[in-house]
Amino acid sequence: MLDPLTGIEAMHFDGYVTVSQTDPLGMITVRGNFASKPFANALKKAIGIDFPGLRQITLADTSMVAWMSPDELLILSTWEDKTNLMDAIQKALGKKHALVVDVSDARRTFTLAGPNVREVIAKLAPVDITPGVFEPGEIRRTRFGQVAAAFWLVSQEEAKVICFRSVGDYMFKQLKAAATPGSELDIWN
Amino acid sequence: MLIFECPYCGVHAEETEFSPGGEAHLKRFGPGSDDTDFERYLFMRENPKGVHFERWRHVNGCGKWFNAARCTMTLEVFGTYGAQTFEPPQDLKDKITAKRPGWSWRDFS
Repeated sequence: MLDPLTGIEAMHFDGYVTVSQTDPLGMITVRGNFASKPFANALKKAIGIDFPGLRQITLADTSMVAWMSPDELLILSTWEDKTNLMDAIQKALGKKHALVVDVSDARRTFTLAGPNVREVIAKLAPVDITPGVFEPGEIRRTRFGQVAAAFWLVSQEEAKVICFRSVGDYMFKQLKAAATPGSELDIWN
Repeated sequence: MLIFECPYCGVHAEETEFSPGGEAHLKRFGPGSDDTDFERYLFMRENPKGVHFERWRHVNGCGKWFNAARCTMTLEVFGTYGAQTFEPPQDLKDKITAKRPGWSWRDFS
């Protein structure tokens, strides 16, 4: 799919792990007091998914909710759904004190796929991603090389990485370098 | 290399994921305050060999500020605690006392 903002063909690289730019996702940042019951209940009703626990990501069919910080959630949906979802959240929260922003255009998402997917992440991020320590269901905000990013494992052989659009090109290039055939470490396989 | 545990998101991470924010527990003296207090607030900093308290921010993570106690000599991190406090929690102070008997830092010991 073409990038809706730039009209450029999505980036793709076949290394020992496949790196590809994901179709744009709808992303909505919600900040507020999640300890407040009226606030949390209204939001839950609008998005129809349970809140994730500490550093968790709730995976549903088309939408996901990710824990970003004690007062921040990121709601991911398809590009087409985001406007409706945004309206639903704003309507449900009414006058409750909250920040709801559509940040879809600010981000770029990459999919890493292949048996050595953990290795590519381990090369770039200062995170213990050993099987058993980091498993699907957890989201980790960290840095990849020199830029801030977040990632989670969809399965043992697939991961998603989100970063800012402005550093998307850098992110693709470093993921590509990390996934270059011949640079396998085979630590976990 | 320092390894902190962020008190807000529970992540154990090394220092490149954080950014330093200088000395902890500074009390602000603004306009109208005594010149000596203002000078102390603005310029006077601790530079200890040993136990030290600092502010850090989990900049590449949850983005929250927190306080950390560490040793400037061995780079051992004694512990971290939330930023909404006027002094380190008692259990952390006890822990430091067990490791560095007789320590003191500003008004804490």
